Amino acid sequence: MSHKAELPAPDGPFAPLPVPANPSGTNGPIAVSVEGLRVHRGKTTVLANVSFNIQQGRITGLLGPSGSGKTTLMRALVGVQKVTAGTVSVLGRPAGDLQNRNDVGYVTQAASVYKDLSVVDNVRYFGAVHGRGREDAHAVLAAVGLGEFAKRKAGDLSGGQFSRVSLACALVGRPKLLVLDEPTVGLDPVLRADLWKQFSEMAAEGTTLIISSHVMEEAGHCDSLLLLREGMLLAQLTPGQLRVQGETDDLELAFLRLIQAAESEGSAAS
Amino acid sequence: MNLSMMWATCVRVLGQLKGDPRSIGLILVVPAVLLALVYWLYQNEALAPGQPRTFDRVGLMMLGIFPFVVMFLVTSITMLRERTSGTLERLLTTPIHKADLLFGYALAFSIMAGLQALVAAATAYWVFGLKIAGNAGWVVLISVLTAVLGVALGLLCSAFATTEFQAVQFMPVVVIPQILLCGLFVARDQMNGVLEAISNVLPLSFAVDGLQEVAAHKDPSADLVTDLMVVAAFVVAGLLLASLTLRRQST
Repeated sequence: MSHKAELPAPDGPFAPLPVPANPSGTNGPIAVSVEGLRVHRGKTTVLANVSFNIQQGRITGLLGPSGSGKTTLMRALVGVQKVTAGTVSVLGRPAGDLQNRNDVGYVTQAASVYKDLSVVDNVRYFGAVHGRGREDAHAVLAAVGLGEFAKRKAGDLSGGQFSRVSLACALVGRPKLLVLDEPTVGLDPVLRADLWKQFSEMAAEGTTLIISSHVMEEAGHCDSLLLLREGMLLAQLTPGQLRVQGETDDLELAFLRLIQAAESEGSAAS
Repeated sequence: MNLSMMWATCVRVLGQLKGDPRSIGLILVVPAVLLALVYWLYQNEALAPGQPRTFDRVGLMMLGIFPFVVMFLVTSITMLRERTSGTLERLLTTPIHKADLLFGYALAFSIMAGLQALVAAATAYWVFGLKIAGNAGWVVLISVLTAVLGVALGLLCSAFATTEFQAVQFMPVVVIPQILLCGLFVARDQMNGVLEAISNVLPLSFAVDGLQEVAAHKDPSADLVTDLMVVAAFVVAGLLLASLTLRRQST
């Protein structure tokens, strides 16, 4: 069944670009500023001219289908991605700056922890590279609900617990910016709700979070959304604005309508 | 360089090893067992009076060769896992320096190499009565050095493998030629010119040469010192090249 056929075309013109500088409505310090970011891998364009700003202390959802360039964008933010053109400024410094490596936490899509180490040893090691000690490790484990599993081997945990070890390894450095690549994939609904609660608590304390997902229902938890498609930034808006623009409370449907509108606009222009 | 990060890495690598008794067995016990095998291999040889046992020559060389092989294998697989599990990329987003990581690895495996050399040398001397002119301390030192050489080459080679299967394939390519040409089977000066020239640039040849120097002279000779320096230079070069393979940014 084709989605396109049953999608009513949104009436009323809207322009996905240029992106409003501040879609969440309030002014605040900018944590991330990306300007004209391009990433080419061989002949393929992974990111084409992406520009946006992200406010400090907000949860920004990075949403888009798989292959839309979410991971590449996140890698650019943490400074491990070779960039073809454009500037990426994170916490006022170029991405990957030495100071940023202290202040930015990155949780990769696949949980990157040592399976053959105990949970607490994993967290202690990643804590040690940030100059944190034993107490910090135990505090973080308690915070992600793994306190009782501290001595267990990471590889023996269930999938959900395992990915929380990966999260704990990023939190132990007390990052000012936390970049999370699909942190809720494969988790049960209870755990997902727990995590989102934790994320909003961190944001309330001033941490900036960038969280990617391909599940649109999670977009509702975010203060601001970056909608990515085929390496292009389709829109930066709040979930509320997305509902209004898509004329539906269903965020997934709203996103699909936005894509369709952008495509019909593109074909009209050519 | 940050000593506490290097130490944390060393402790982490040893911690990983601790959870894997089989690998500890491979490192600590297997070289001693192989040495026993070599001893029994030559047990029935007929010796003219005053002639040294073959074990005193071959067994001694094994004290340099086994640690090299074992540590190359263990290190290349461990480092490959670091590269493929995503933990390396994650580490490179943290303040840790590449040198802290590599030297942390080298230190952890050197500690294991030291223990391995002690077990193997103790077996050779006390169980099988190894008799050579030089001091046992030099034998242990060379054992440790070849083990560290295995670590350095293993760290380097892991960069050119994408799977554990490919990493193991470096054994016949990098390790076995060195064993064949190090002087174990044929003395190096009796090889044809091409092979001798090749053996003259392989690090294990210098280690084995050093062991023969210890066997022949009561006091450390100038050649022994040269051999040790050459092997040490290979270790440093291996670690430096390995650090070049760790890139913070990738495509």
